Amino acid sequence: MNHLPLIIKREYLTKVRNKSFIIMTFLSPMIMIALIAVVAYLSQLNNNKERAISILDETGYLSEAFENTDNTTYTILSNVGLADAKNMVKEREDYGLLYISNSDAFDEVAKNVKFYSEETPSLNVISSLERKLEKRLTDLKLQNDGVNIDQINASKTSIDIAQESFEGEKSSKIDNVVKLAFGGVAGYLLFMFIIIYGNMIMRSVIEEKTSRIIEVIISSVKPIQLMMGKIIGTSLAGVTQFIIWMILGGILLIVVSSIFGIDMSQVNTPQQEMMNQAIESDGAQAMAENIIVAIGNLPLTNLVIAFLFFFISGYLLYSSLYASIGAAVDNETDTQQFMLPILMPLILAVYVGMFTVIEDPHGTVSTVFSFIPFTSPVVMLMRIPFGVPLWQQGLSLLLLIGTFVFTVWFAAKIYRVGILMYGKKPTYKELFKWLKY
Amino acid sequence: MNDLLVADSVSKNFGNFKALNQVSIAVPKGSIFGLLGPNGAGKTTLIRIINQITMPDEGSVLLDGQPLKPEHIRDIGYLPEERGLYKSMKVGEQALYLAQLKGLSKTEAKSRLKYWFDKLDIGDWWNKKIQELSKGQAQKIQFIVTVLHRPKLLIFDEPFSGFDPINANLIKDEILQLRDEGATVIFSTHRMESVEELCDHIALLHKSNKVLDGKLNDIKRQYKTNTFEVGLQSANSEQVLSEIKNSFDVLPATFKNLVDDIKLNIKINENTSPNDLLSFLTSKAEVHHFVEVIPSANDIFIQTVTNN
Repeated sequence: MNHLPLIIKREYLTKVRNKSFIIMTFLSPMIMIALIAVVAYLSQLNNNKERAISILDETGYLSEAFENTDNTTYTILSNVGLADAKNMVKEREDYGLLYISNSDAFDEVAKNVKFYSEETPSLNVISSLERKLEKRLTDLKLQNDGVNIDQINASKTSIDIAQESFEGEKSSKIDNVVKLAFGGVAGYLLFMFIIIYGNMIMRSVIEEKTSRIIEVIISSVKPIQLMMGKIIGTSLAGVTQFIIWMILGGILLIVVSSIFGIDMSQVNTPQQEMMNQAIESDGAQAMAENIIVAIGNLPLTNLVIAFLFFFISGYLLYSSLYASIGAAVDNETDTQQFMLPILMPLILAVYVGMFTVIEDPHGTVSTVFSFIPFTSPVVMLMRIPFGVPLWQQGLSLLLLIGTFVFTVWFAAKIYRVGILMYGKKPTYKELFKWLKY
Repeated sequence: MNDLLVADSVSKNFGNFKALNQVSIAVPKGSIFGLLGPNGAGKTTLIRIINQITMPDEGSVLLDGQPLKPEHIRDIGYLPEERGLYKSMKVGEQALYLAQLKGLSKTEAKSRLKYWFDKLDIGDWWNKKIQELSKGQAQKIQFIVTVLHRPKLLIFDEPFSGFDPINANLIKDEILQLRDEGATVIFSTHRMESVEELCDHIALLHKSNKVLDGKLNDIKRQYKTNTFEVGLQSANSEQVLSEIKNSFDVLPATFKNLVDDIKLNIKINENTSPNDLLSFLTSKAEVHHFVEVIPSANDIFIQTVTNN
């Protein structure tokens, strides 16, 4: 008798009808969007803050470097001493005072620049001032040595290396960014999915134990059927939730940004700034085109198929372990000791993905970790957009499926014995003994 | 084949612990079979083997002459001692789900559930959640789910725990009726008075071994000590008492009666018939009370377990 569909249906419906599940489904995207909106709004506020900076330039030839912008007003002070200037700036509640003392040599001038302010100045302000001074001083030095600045500016060349694989596939820097984004999202999605829904499966197994229904059920169905039904049913509920999140999130994002007029891309993280600099030379239009081309360049078919396979097997691998933990313990507080060995490889996988794959997607570390079954789903998903030979993908998947079959067998053993054990917190030694029952 | 269920030399080990050691039982068709034993004797393990929840290490179990196979779960209804229901699920949905797991179709399950809900007068519970019911009420649902698919073999492990006397009686009557309709019942309990009341056959497990089995009446016959409980009235009771003591083994007895002066347990040897004793007594005093002492299931249980 195959009861699997019946079990899946029940698990799915109980999950989906659960009040807290419904609330989380609809509340989470709102919270997320609200958070993003607040961050975007605040960082916009921060950038738009107007600053007044006074400059006391004793050399008399450096103040030319400062031109007022929308956010910053420079006031050039003259004919005052340093002490007076400080008082003046304090009274006017300016952001700060840039003091350049005079010397004979440019190098001496460069060494004796100071910034006085009430509070510690922002890093951005200081580096912007430094850049301006450096540029002006360099120009002056060159002029002093009799070099024509215009000539130097004219001689500057910009190089954009066109990348092409031996097979003739073209790629660019944007390609890499797009690849990273695809891989990162896929890997991170799997990570989140495992943690959220793995826990849900574990709790649902514990619930069956604490409500003592398990023996009633188990006299009608095989434990492994119950376990698989639970895993699949919960996962389907998870997929449903994820889809709702994406749709809701998308709608909300559009609505919120149009209402508040906040450009979400203004959320300035340092990485984004770096990215912006990297692609500054291209116009916005060209960039959009490039991104589309880059997406087109991705091995999309391979990506989708590999995503499905690695995602499903990776998820099943971990969720069967979660189910067996649920079976081994009596209540949720006892799960801690068993959670760590599961979380470790998962977190390791994400870190390896974040650092080594970005650095070198085909390096030794990322290659090795994309074969180790417990880290391979996440790491391989991150690597695939960069083009991984099919034999590597196949081998990694084979290893993963082999391990998955083994862990399901292992988990089913633990599950079979564990669900009927009450009242004691098992040790690893006991778990090992259960395998032989 | 008069036995519905035959377990033949079943053994089961958990690591180094032997939970069952060469246990054989035979449950006759249409009987109520008491599976007794102190805590940890191996009853639950045996029941789980019959339900194919665990597999025996050695030995075999035959149901209706065939070795146990997965299809047999349709023929067995099991009410475990550790029982419960999904707390946040509605009564009707849950009963339907469990019935479908036993192989009933949805429509069939629905009509049978309606019959049982009406019979036990709980029709208005259908849309309640289990957590809104009391423990006894939830037990009723569980009982219904256990018997709903009309199994040949019913296994009840402490079926009356959690029931008030009225509902316990109700359930007892249902069990008897099911037996009369042809079901065979295995009944595991520590409450000896219900064993006395219900069981035709018993088997006693102790420390993983079967130490006793057979028809309850046969066993009682084996354990009887030819002792009679008597109540006598006489003008000179002292003299009567000493005369009886000279002829028989005598112990004082306590029972409730209206007038008796002398209350005794009198043991006779095998050559003496109860009639001899009675005529001896009638010649000495007025006999108000004369009953053979039959060992209760409780006595047999305690005696067997402490002697082993």
